[in-house]
Amino acid sequence: MGIIEKISGPLVVADGMLGTRMYDVVKVGNLGLIGEIIQLKGDKAVLQVYEDTTGISPGEPVQSTNTPLTAELGPGVLGNVYDGIQRPLEVIRAKTGAFIGRGITADALDKKKKWKFTAENAVKNGAEVKPGEIIGYVQETEHLKHYIMVPNGIEGKISGLKSGTFTVEETIAKVEKGSKSTALTLAQRRPVRRSSPFKRKFRSDEPLVTGQRVLDTFFPVAKGGNAAVPGPFGAGKTVIQQQIAKFADADIVVYVGCGERGNEMTDVLAEFPELIDPKTKRPLMERTVLVANTSNMPVAAREASIYTGITIAEYFRDMGYSVAIMADSTSRWAEAMREISARLEEMPGEEGYPAYLPKRLAEYYERSGKVESLNGRMGSVTIIGAVSPAGGDLSEPVSQGTLRVVKAFWSLDKALADSRHFPSVNWLSSYSLYLDALDGWYAKNMGEDFVRNRQAAMKLLQREAELKDIVQLVGADALPDSEKIVLEIGKMIREAFLRQNAYDEIDTYTSLKKQGIMLGAILHFKARAEEALSEQIEADKITQMKVREEISRLKEVKEAEIEGEEKKVREKIDGEFKALLKEYQAAVEEEKGEVEKA
Amino acid sequence: MKFEIDYKTIESVAGPLVVVGKIRNAKYNEVVRIKLQNGESRLGQVLETSDKYAVVQVFGPTDGINVDATSVSFLGETFMVGVSEEMLGRVFNGQGRPRDSAAAVTSEDKRDINGSPINPTARQKPSDFLETGISAIDGLDTLVRGQKLPIFSASGLPHNQLTAQITRQANVKDSSEGFAIVFAGIGITYDDATYFIDEFRKTGALKRTVAFINLADDPSIERILTPRLALSTAEYLAYDQGMHVLVILNDMTNYAEALRELSSAREEVPGRRGYPGYMYTDLASIYERAGIVKGKKGSITQLNVVTMPSDDVTHPIPDLTGYITEGQIYLSRDLVNKGIYPPIQPLGSLSRLMNNGIGQGKTREDHSNVANQLYSAYASAQDAKSLSAIVGAEALSESDKRYLKFGDDFEARFIGQGFYERRTIEETLEIGWELLSMLPEGELTRIKKEYLQKYYGKGRAKK
Repeated sequence: MGIIEKISGPLVVADGMLGTRMYDVVKVGNLGLIGEIIQLKGDKAVLQVYEDTTGISPGEPVQSTNTPLTAELGPGVLGNVYDGIQRPLEVIRAKTGAFIGRGITADALDKKKKWKFTAENAVKNGAEVKPGEIIGYVQETEHLKHYIMVPNGIEGKISGLKSGTFTVEETIAKVEKGSKSTALTLAQRRPVRRSSPFKRKFRSDEPLVTGQRVLDTFFPVAKGGNAAVPGPFGAGKTVIQQQIAKFADADIVVYVGCGERGNEMTDVLAEFPELIDPKTKRPLMERTVLVANTSNMPVAAREASIYTGITIAEYFRDMGYSVAIMADSTSRWAEAMREISARLEEMPGEEGYPAYLPKRLAEYYERSGKVESLNGRMGSVTIIGAVSPAGGDLSEPVSQGTLRVVKAFWSLDKALADSRHFPSVNWLSSYSLYLDALDGWYAKNMGEDFVRNRQAAMKLLQREAELKDIVQLVGADALPDSEKIVLEIGKMIREAFLRQNAYDEIDTYTSLKKQGIMLGAILHFKARAEEALSEQIEADKITQMKVREEISRLKEVKEAEIEGEEKKVREKIDGEFKALLKEYQAAVEEEKGEVEKA
Repeated sequence: MKFEIDYKTIESVAGPLVVVGKIRNAKYNEVVRIKLQNGESRLGQVLETSDKYAVVQVFGPTDGINVDATSVSFLGETFMVGVSEEMLGRVFNGQGRPRDSAAAVTSEDKRDINGSPINPTARQKPSDFLETGISAIDGLDTLVRGQKLPIFSASGLPHNQLTAQITRQANVKDSSEGFAIVFAGIGITYDDATYFIDEFRKTGALKRTVAFINLADDPSIERILTPRLALSTAEYLAYDQGMHVLVILNDMTNYAEALRELSSAREEVPGRRGYPGYMYTDLASIYERAGIVKGKKGSITQLNVVTMPSDDVTHPIPDLTGYITEGQIYLSRDLVNKGIYPPIQPLGSLSRLMNNGIGQGKTREDHSNVANQLYSAYASAQDAKSLSAIVGAEALSESDKRYLKFGDDFEARFIGQGFYERRTIEETLEIGWELLSMLPEGELTRIKKEYLQKYYGKGRAKK
């Protein structure tokens, strides 16, 4: 046991700490605040404390728990809301009311609840088991089997394994190796700062479908990949993250609210239990784990929240599930690091951030991936990190450190947001390096057209941007007809496809199939328009066509009716162009007749 | 009564910081009383404590403090504010002492000025309208109870008038519910302070207001306290007395500068532009105290004035503020030059929670549609204006000319309103319809057909 020597904000120096280890968790002061050892000098230790240190004084005791910061994983994690060090906020609320008290210990999992455990038939008592091996499951929700795995670092001969009802503390089996016997329970602990072992990592070749058109069609992220969403305030970072949390076709979603607004977490808490998972038709909350460490909650726990989240994600990955984790916002995480680094009086790097910031960012994003876990199952963790660059300027260290490691970049644009174009993902500056790896999947599942249409549309948008510069100088009237059509189609793609209303019941989610149909219809219009131009029809006639409205209204069509509607719209496009051509030919005939008469 | 020991062991004084030696167990963040040789006493707070010394920040000037005769006693508790309903109608200084001549307030309870973070699971989703009586805010960037919305202003813009007007006019729709204002003047000039207090007195707003005034020449360290005193008072009124409280913090730029001053006195590693790396967290500990708590009647809403240094929104103070708050209201120099008051620029301004607090039963069914249409029409007016700057007004199409006219009328009649003019939300929407009726019905695509039938062409003027 040590004695506090000095306190400065969340940082405490304690004496008499010989024998403690780096990153072990400690209880600080008479209140028993939770902290972590982050530096050792002789028998002194520097601790970062996860709770407000007000009122603590030198001379109070420090007790090491001799274990690193861990996450407790088992049945009951799903649907829970935790703070940065995995204390369930509902339990804290029951203990200290609406305002968060201090020195509270709260178990991450309900210790009283009984779960029905079904032992795996293939695992015979007396057989050798290895870390990660699945020994049974708990049917946690209607759609999700929560597999119980042998914890990392434990192997040997298994005995006493049987089905039954257990709490997370009761022994479900024993594993013996030599003279050492370990009791297995439904729950296990994993250190949060270390990535969990796996057999192999694979290149990701399947997209995480989010139902957001600009992302899925143009800038997809692969399952097991990673993406960054940087943007100034008001650009819609949080809305995009929440949309993905709602609609991504992942089995499990972990949402980390890291140093963000309290009311935003309230939104999630109010909405998610009501919303239905499009895949399983069950309440979204059943596949969601929330880690909420808002901006006014202690800063050291904010630093830990990111790790707590990813450790939960890896746990479900090891069961063979696809997991998506949102971190909103990684900039606040980096700021927490900066604050602690400054109090440690470390030599600062850029903008006061510690020199190890890029490494920490890289380490974090490296915990994503599509892997074969120790038990042979294929699972994935996809990381989507929001970045809040100061003043929206991406040259700052957190953005730069992130961009070096992530492969999908969704650049949110203030100008687009100001003109109420949402999601404000800038289609010219964003990119996804997964496109090549995913093209095969898209071609196989959505048809070759999907990939071709995307490429055509992107080319057109780039051309449109160039033309817009010219229009600024000379006016739209000075452009040749073919370019006027480019402008018109570009506008159509922007308004009817890229723009998507997260608050509209239907528009909020678009399946890949519907995305393909919508873009296909626009490009069908483009093809017809180009034909018409070659028949000498004026561009101004084409840009006035009524059918344009029908195309833009495809976003309002329900998923179930989209195929029928597509047919109608395509017929209408053909019909209107035919009429246009007829009208033109008639006019030509008339003119001819008049000339002949004359 | 606790036994107090006087430490006459000051080791050094630098800026607002005093290092007290030979103290073994000062508590982190506890309040100290510093007694000067001349009998004067000042308060301070422990910023760092060890088994050999304690670093104390003094709330007040450090002149007159000496190392040999000044004594320091440690009070064993954090900074507390005595709170009671009697505080309504009173004016206090930045440390919470009465500034008016009336008697001291008997407090019903004592509160830690730092408060405690609201448990995210205990927050209630903000969903009720708070009427400011200003069309540009109520109509387009509606303030919702429990929201925090900054006013991004700049030097020379009338944010003081605007906050004075809001203090006078603001109310909740159901008058049976208690409503109060807590006003914190942070680093404001004597002149401005007099203006506010006279205005509040003259118009009777004072009786439902608690004001804390920290003047520009008061010690800047005191500015760290002022908003926290205001918020602890507000929390008492909201969560113990069940009132809806609007907290106006004017001006947070002065607060942030005090924070920087303190940080540099502590020789901390600076973040952007010399502001401390923890400024985001610190500002959040103020702004996040807005909200509604499940099971309690009251609410805390914040309007925070931020004057942007050299009109620059990317400056750390407005930038970090914008990342925490739920939207922003911009004041515009252009509108001031056109003589329009209040010069609220709707483009760029945003209330993130607006949609939760408007519509049938809260304001009116057509509110959301009208707001969208006005925004979009005003944006078109701006486009027409820049076009006319290039090609000349004569060359504009009929439609562009109409929008140009709409833009001018919108600025003059919707945004512009009198300093003593309080508009109800119905009046605001009527003016909105009157303006929209200048445009052809077919162009109002953001409004549902049924509302067009009900309201189009039936503005106030036609009645």
